[in-house]
Amino acid sequence: MANHGNQNAHHAAGHGSLKSYVLGFVLSIVLTIIPLVLVMNPVLSKTATVVVIMMMAVLQFVVQLFFFMHLREGEKPRWNVQALVLGIVIVLTIVIGSILIMTSF
Amino acid sequence: MWESLKEFASTFFVTGDPLIYGSDVAIVLTLAAIVFVLTKYKKWGWLWREWLTTVDHKKIGIMYLISALLMLFRGGVDALLMRAQLAFPNLEFLDSNHYNEIFTTHGTIMILFMAMPLLFALFNWVVPLQIGARDVAFPFLNAVSFWLFFFGALLFNISFVIGGSPDAGWLSYPPLSEEPFSMGPGQNFWIWGIQISGIGSLMTGINFIVTILKMRAPGMTLMKMPMFTWSVLSSCIMIIIAFPVLTVTIALLYLDRFLGAHFFTLDGGGNPMMYINLIWMWGHPEVYIVVVPAFGIYSDVVATFSRKKLFGYASMVAAVMSIAIVSYFTWGHHFFTMGTGAGVIAFFAVATMLIAIPTGVKVFNWMFTMFRGRISFKLPMLWTIAFIPCFVIGGATGVMLSMAPADYQYHNSYFLIGHFHQTLIGGVVFGYLAGMYYWWPKLFGFKLNEKLGQWAFWFWNIGFYVCFMPQYALGFMGMTRRYYTYGWDYGWETLNLVSTIGAFLMGIGFLFQVWQILYSIKNMEKEKDTTGDPWDGRTLEWSIPSPAPFYNFAVIPKVKDVDDWWRIKQEKANGTYKEEPVVLEPIHMPKNSGIPFVMAVFWFIAGFGFVWEWSWMAIIGMIGVFACMWARSFVYNDEYYVSVDEVRRIEASYGRVY
Amino acid sequence: MQQAAKHLEHGHAHDHGHGHHDLEQLKVLGFWIFLVTDCIMFGTLFATYAVMMHSYAGGPTPKELIEMPGIIASTFILLTSSFTSGLAVLAMNKGKLKALIGWLVITALLGLSFVLLEISEFTHLVHEGATIATSGYWSAFYTLVGTHGLHVSIGFFWMLALIIQLPRQGITPVTNRKVTTLSLYWHFLDVVWIFLFTVVYLMGVM
Repeated sequence: MANHGNQNAHHAAGHGSLKSYVLGFVLSIVLTIIPLVLVMNPVLSKTATVVVIMMMAVLQFVVQLFFFMHLREGEKPRWNVQALVLGIVIVLTIVIGSILIMTSF
Repeated sequence: MWESLKEFASTFFVTGDPLIYGSDVAIVLTLAAIVFVLTKYKKWGWLWREWLTTVDHKKIGIMYLISALLMLFRGGVDALLMRAQLAFPNLEFLDSNHYNEIFTTHGTIMILFMAMPLLFALFNWVVPLQIGARDVAFPFLNAVSFWLFFFGALLFNISFVIGGSPDAGWLSYPPLSEEPFSMGPGQNFWIWGIQISGIGSLMTGINFIVTILKMRAPGMTLMKMPMFTWSVLSSCIMIIIAFPVLTVTIALLYLDRFLGAHFFTLDGGGNPMMYINLIWMWGHPEVYIVVVPAFGIYSDVVATFSRKKLFGYASMVAAVMSIAIVSYFTWGHHFFTMGTGAGVIAFFAVATMLIAIPTGVKVFNWMFTMFRGRISFKLPMLWTIAFIPCFVIGGATGVMLSMAPADYQYHNSYFLIGHFHQTLIGGVVFGYLAGMYYWWPKLFGFKLNEKLGQWAFWFWNIGFYVCFMPQYALGFMGMTRRYYTYGWDYGWETLNLVSTIGAFLMGIGFLFQVWQILYSIKNMEKEKDTTGDPWDGRTLEWSIPSPAPFYNFAVIPKVKDVDDWWRIKQEKANGTYKEEPVVLEPIHMPKNSGIPFVMAVFWFIAGFGFVWEWSWMAIIGMIGVFACMWARSFVYNDEYYVSVDEVRRIEASYGRVY
Repeated sequence: MQQAAKHLEHGHAHDHGHGHHDLEQLKVLGFWIFLVTDCIMFGTLFATYAVMMHSYAGGPTPKELIEMPGIIASTFILLTSSFTSGLAVLAMNKGKLKALIGWLVITALLGLSFVLLEISEFTHLVHEGATIATSGYWSAFYTLVGTHGLHVSIGFFWMLALIIQLPRQGITPVTNRKVTTLSLYWHFLDVVWIFLFTVVYLMGVM
């Protein structure tokens, strides 16, 4: 892994286009409105609602990761992606681990 | 007015104990002496320019080392005080309150203010030199990390004379550490000393990950890095995933105390067990954070002093990286007895047993490296060889503790104390001492005296076993940790006395080391390192002069192999070395800055305000912190170039001609 | 090997030209890793909230006290500000300094509105008798939501500093990196808000 700059790109991270930002924005709005509607006008059972809104949240997270934060671009090796994956694994461990432990008494 | 001042002083200062008054006098005299010397020899400017504003990783490393050794002294004195109190039954040398304060400060200091800075000292000294870099990725941030550590440690350390020490154990479990049970600033000193220096640690983790991933010399792929650098990478990954949890957890404890929140209280919907869950999520990786770099040191030392390539490099890498990940999944073994469900306990027991495997792989690889090597018993190697049986025993007792049903007997007994001291001293302390001896000549230009070092080594080692082996037996005999005294009727007195003698033997070992350092400084010409390669080393740091020039490498090396310096020496010896035409270029270096020091002072002020719950002071301090960040944002001119002529001149003074 | 030889022939300082690009790349990677640690920090706060989700201690519940209109407004304001920070980066990549600064100003104003709305929400909750000391639930609520709000506030001041620096410095590799890291930070805060909105507010009023 050399410490040379290896291309003449003159920007530090991925760039994206107006299209990708607008698409990301619109998708995020939709993914916010759906859970809102489901909670304010409950049509599903409580558990189903929780599952659906969590899924929408994760989806919106992924949308913003790719459309706003340009995760797929950036020069290789993509250490930032690996760091993010590690971070997600750790966060899941902390949250799920704590819930499992603290409810197991 | 005089009355209220006296009343304030009686709570602000710790009163009533002659030992404390003696310490007050010693502190004032020492500070006065330092001010006097600096003023007399007109060294204030030098201090500011060369040390307080430096961003040079080597100097930062030296400051970490000095701090760590001072903390080793204080933590060691705490230990001797405890062992003195326990030497005989029913002694009244320390009352229970004082004893609680001392075991609390002993543990906190040894792990957070001795081991951490010691490992950061070695990270800073060695990693850039091993990878062929001129500094770390973020030199300014590196300085911030050090000064945050320094002022965090200072905040913690003054508690025993100002306000009162914390006394709820090194991890401050609630509900004992909550407001109704621990009134006063002592507990807050614990929280804020750790909080401030913890931020510094986190920054160091980020710094060295980026340094190692992005600043290696051309040709040095990851699988050609020295094992110490791999171990630093592993340790830093653990730092970044563990320390945020510590930051949150102790902040929540402070919110309970300061704002009456109910995170870990007994009432209002709080749950003290959540604290224990969270704090060990940090606490377990923390012990791997401190031991893994020691493993890295052993790998480098064993190869060098057996004059043989490290056995099983790839498996060592796999082992050290898997330790980093698995260490995050074992935290529950610290509270097997807390009452969680059986499924939870079983998971953690198995995970804990599993993590012994990669460690075992490493031990075998070190031994296979030594097999058929030409072993040289210099101090770094002595400590390495001593570590192996010591740590293996400690690790084996760890596996015993991981058997959850058995742990119901061992938990919080002296068996546990034996286990963790064996792994921490045998693994961590022995390792960092080996590292200190090994890399000392590179930083200072002379070796430490072997003879005095050997005296220290034997006192430490014999003292260690005499101190801690009886403690396993005491655990089986029912002695619980944190007892400040015991009666004659338990039958514990003989082993306790033996243990105390062992502790004092270790203390004598430490005194020999102090003597060794002072003697070697006085006689540095005798042990001077004139070649830069006093041990006939294998890795890049031995290819530059000692002490290393401030820019480290005049020419960034091009690496072909693992142990590349050894390859170069071999090729030179058998005539196959291809000399590369070398062109000196101006060297890009970072400028010094006063902002890290000033910002840390503001953190100290804020911390002091938080400790005493004086909001005005805390607010002023935090405003100062943010003002420093704001000022830093406006700095655009923070680097300079070293001219080719100057590089040539400096290299020539070492006898290296370009 | 070839690359190295070429370097020597040209004889130029290794770090010139490439240098600042390399340096700025380092800082962006460092910042990503910092964001991961911030993620873990928020994760711990979420875990604490999850464990204390029903620790009302007989006191007020979120269902009783939370007023959704303000939260919905905050959500769309923050989302829009994330979008406008992206537009700022686009302008920067096209070399349009004025547009960059303009979009940053709009983003900052939206961020400020978010914080002000949050302060008014907290004030209302306190008046209704839910303080950080009321119960474990509210301790967790205020800490989790408040930490996010603090992050937004710090981001606001950071943005202000850049808005002041940009007219003077223009778009350079250094200011490019500063805007890039700021926008990463700002997007990250909106991502955290997605989960806050879902777990604390939506699930709180269900």
